[in-house]
This record gives sequence, structure tokens and C-alpha cells, in this order.
Amino acid sequence: MAKKNKETIGYNQIKSSTNIVFNIILGLLSLVCIIPFLFVIIISITDEQSLAMNGYWFIPEKLSLYAYQYIMNAGESIIRSYGVTILVTVLGTIIGLLLTGTYAYALSRKSYAYRKFFTKVITIPMLFSGGMIANYLIVTQVLMLKDTIWALILPICMNSFNVIVLRTFFKTSIPDAVVESAKIDGASEWRLFFQIVVPMALPGLATIGLFLTLGYWNDWFNAMMYIDDSKLMPLQYMLIRIESSIDFLASNKSMMGVDGVEAAANLPKETIKMAIVVISTLPIIFAYPFFQRYFVNGLTVGAVKE
Amino acid sequence: MKEITKKKQRDTFLGRLKANKELLLLSTPGAIWFFLFAYLPLFGILVAFKKYRITGDGFFYNLFTSETVGYENFKFLFSSGDAWIIVRNTVLYNAVFVVLGVAIPVVLALLLNEIKNKGMMKIYQSSMFLPYFLSWVVVSYCVFAFLNPEKGYFNAIIQQFGGNPVSWYAEKSYWPFIIIFMSQWKGMGYNTVVYLASICGIDNTYYEAAVLDGAAKWQQIKYITLPLLKPVITILLIMAVGGIFKADFGLFFQLPRDSGPLYPVTNVLDTYIFRALKTNGEIGMSSAAALFQSTVGFILIMIANKIVSKVDNENALF
Repeated sequence: MAKKNKETIGYNQIKSSTNIVFNIILGLLSLVCIIPFLFVIIISITDEQSLAMNGYWFIPEKLSLYAYQYIMNAGESIIRSYGVTILVTVLGTIIGLLLTGTYAYALSRKSYAYRKFFTKVITIPMLFSGGMIANYLIVTQVLMLKDTIWALILPICMNSFNVIVLRTFFKTSIPDAVVESAKIDGASEWRLFFQIVVPMALPGLATIGLFLTLGYWNDWFNAMMYIDDSKLMPLQYMLIRIESSIDFLASNKSMMGVDGVEAAANLPKETIKMAIVVISTLPIIFAYPFFQRYFVNGLTVGAVKE
Repeated sequence: MKEITKKKQRDTFLGRLKANKELLLLSTPGAIWFFLFAYLPLFGILVAFKKYRITGDGFFYNLFTSETVGYENFKFLFSSGDAWIIVRNTVLYNAVFVVLGVAIPVVLALLLNEIKNKGMMKIYQSSMFLPYFLSWVVVSYCVFAFLNPEKGYFNAIIQQFGGNPVSWYAEKSYWPFIIIFMSQWKGMGYNTVVYLASICGIDNTYYEAAVLDGAAKWQQIKYITLPLLKPVITILLIMAVGGIFKADFGLFFQLPRDSGPLYPVTNVLDTYIFRALKTNGEIGMSSAAALFQSTVGFILIMIANKIVSKVDNENALF
């Protein structure tokens, strides 16, 4: 019996030597993928002075959590940016889910007479778009969103891909019979959507919610386009700005005189920059198991064509 | 009589509207979003043919009162030698990405599918998927840890072996490689997951039958797995070819830290348009470039879809 069992496991499998080679290849690639971020963590907990003397090294000579203490105590603007990022992410995900969910639900209903039209509405932008400048002009001059929190939220709260994924999900996971019996019982479409469809389609909504959350959390492009006000800077954009202001000061040190040099000396140093990178990524790392599970889910649904 | 049919038509139209009232209401907010953020910008395309000036009177006033210059902006764009370098960079990089973006993930998905220890498979998959979740800003810092001219790992290693440090952010010859490597580094996990999911979805009886007929592993891959992956590969390929004129902005802007000496190998359409707008305020020319990009992108995706529908109608996108 035991022998037979062993045989079934070995059935149609690769040779042990091939297996080892495959494992080595995949193991190396996996290391290449996670090591750069590990190094950033290491730099962030290295002592600033040993860093200045020895440069980055794989194993820190002297550990220090000074960078994180500095952020907690003096990093007012950093904490503010964190707040902006959280606010934008939460608001954006909720608004995005509402818009995408209702729209996708209507498209998923076979009895909806204007289904074809509203499908066209989302297909055309996938093929042709106005482009960066046109978007910029509309957002800043027609919708007047420049330097408002909405400029970070509205432009990316919806897209055709998410609608299609969710529509497919509604179609495959909610049986027509359920919808029909609810209609016969006299439920309105609103009630149907919020009380029956939403609870049944939670995994699909979670997928889209995580797509949106990740998009908002990692967004710096909209901030770069539309935000000049330092009070509205999300974390990712602040990381860009820190860098360019340091580069600017460093390259102009000779021209600036005493004040400038002093300002440059007070700017966050290497470890603090890397510490911001770490704290801005930690939430994603913690939520990673969820992300992974639902992303795979969404990707497979998205690949299904109607 | 005529009156009656007309009335009847109106009735059915109104009747239809009434019958669909609730669903119509549900889809309205989303439709408004698409109108504002996807269709309204299409008016912005006209700016490419205008000598557009920003005044305080709003977009449409500016649009209709600014001077129409026809193809002037396009002429200006293409007469500056930059245009061709930028188009070349965009297309060449993306062509490489299209090929590698299929080849590497398919191979990785096959490897992952074959290894015996399924626990390790999950670990590899999770590790390789991680970079996808990091923003390009964060990735640029990860890369900076290696390439920092004074303190970075690479220069430390080079000096350890007695070499001269390289000023990575000023030396353009390394960057085509760095950019291609990093694009695959960040993207391969995502595509691998897509392919792996399709491989796992393949009906096991195909393989069982093949084993009975004495097919070796690579024969199974060649005659069962790859043909069955074809629909997914085709769809992702059309999308990639359609997007060959669209560059990943973060990859070309954040990763090289917007470093001037690297522009000859890192400037692509999107970064060019962005810099023309934000640094130089050249709205006319940058919108000409943007329209050029959208139009060629549209043509490419139509052609790609046409070809696919000719060869294999089932896998066409629309």
C-alpha cells in the first residue's frame, strides 16, 4: 500500500535532479525579488554615522532606530503625509467601489435594456484616450480640482478594467434565479444590489477594493500633476520631493552661502529617507496575504472574456 | 394613424425608460465619471491644433478663442530632433518588454507548475509577486541603495575588488540594461501568476492520456500546455502590442531619478510630454505629442486585434 502511494506521488513528475535545478533557479529569482527591499530596511536601521563612514553594507556595523524615532518625534510633515495617504486611500476605495459596483451590477443584468450602450461607454476609453495633457487641462481648468484632495481621488477611482472584472464576477457568481425570485418578491433594484448582490459578491468586491487600495496607496503621479500645496502631499510624493530638494541643495551648495548649507545639513539623511520608504511600504507588506489571494482571484476572472 | 404609431413609439420608449429606471439610476454615477474623466478630455485633443494659452476664463473659453494653427505644433514637434529619439526609445523598449513579458513568465509558470514541493511553490510565487506591489518611487530607492555613487552596494563591491567606482546616474551606457531588468523584475510575478492560474485550470485528463501514450514531459508541454495557454497569451499580447506607444512613466521617470545625462536612453513619449508640460509649459507641442501617441496606439491595437481575429477569431478582443 505504502509503495503504491509513493508511486502515485511520483506519477508524471520530473526527475529529482531536474527538480533541484528548477528549485535553484526559482529560489535565486525569489531572492533577487525580495533582497532589494530587505536592504532598504537594513539601511534604515543602520547607525547614521557608520553609514556616513562606511557606506551601505549588507550587515550593519551598528544598529540604530534613530531614524524611526526622528520620524515619530519631529516628522510632523511626514505624519501629515501619512494622514493624507490614508485619507485618500480610504475615501478613494469607498467611492471607487460604489461607482464601479453599481455600474458593473447594471451591466451584469441581462434584462437591462441599455446594457449595450453602457458597455460601449466603457470600451471606447480603453482604445482611445485624450492623453496626459488633455486630462491635465480638464482636471485643472474645467473641474477645478488643482490643489484639492479630490485631484488625488477622483481621476483614478474608476476604470474600464475594474468594471469588466466586477461585471464578470457578478455574472458568474450570482445565479439569475436569485435575482428573479427577489424581483418577484417585489425588491427594488437598490435593495437587490445592496442586500443580496453585495453580500454574495464580497470576494469580487474585495478584489476590486484591493486593486483600488493599492492604486491609491502607491499613487504619486496625480500628486505630481495636481498638487503643489505641501499640506496635501501624500507619502509617495513626499519621498520624491525630499530627494529632489536634497539633490538641488547638494548641487548648489557653493552658490547658497551659509544659510543654504545649514538647511542642507538639517535635511533628513539617508537613514531617514530609507525609514520613510519602509514605513510607507509596511502596510502593504502586512496586508500582503490578502492582496495576493484576491489579486490572483481578480486576475483570473479578468482574463475571462465575455 | 400616423399620430397613433408615433404615440405608440413614444410609449415604448418611455415604457422602456420606466422599466429600466432603477438600473439606469444605478449606472448613472459611473457614467458621469466616465463622461468627466474619459470623454471630456477628448475635447482637450483640439489643443494640439491650437496656440493654447491659459487664462483665467476657463478651458472652453481658452480653447475657442486661442488661435488655430493647424499642424504647426506637430511640425515643431517632429522638426526637433528629439521626437525620433523618443519614439525610438519608446518602441524599442516596449518591443523588448513584449517579448520578455511573455517568455519569462511562461517559463517561470512552467517551472513553478513542475516542482514537486507545493509549499515551496507558494513561497517562490509570493516572493516573485512582491515587487509588483511596490510603487516605482519605493523601487527607485531600492535601486538607489545599489547604485548610489558614494555609498551604494555596487560601488562598494567594485572597490573591494580594486575597481573604480561608477557614477551610475551619469553613465548612460548601463541604463538600457537596468531599465529592462527592472521592468521584468517588477512585472514578472504578475504575469507568472496569470499564466500559472491558466495552467492550473487545464484539465488533468489531457496529461493522463498523454502519459498513457508515452509522452515525455517536454512533449506534454509542447503539445498540451502551450497550445492551451494560447488564448491567454494572445490576449495579453494584443494588449501589450496596443500599448507599445505607451511607456511606463514611473519606470522611465522615477527609476533614473529624472537624471539629465541619462535622457538619451531614458526619455520616452510619456516623460517627454510630462516635462514639456511641467517644466517648459509647452502645452501645444506636448499635446501634439500626446495626440500622436493616442492615435498611433489606437491604430496599433486595432491592427493587432484584426490580425488576431483573422488568424484565430476566438481569441480576438472585440
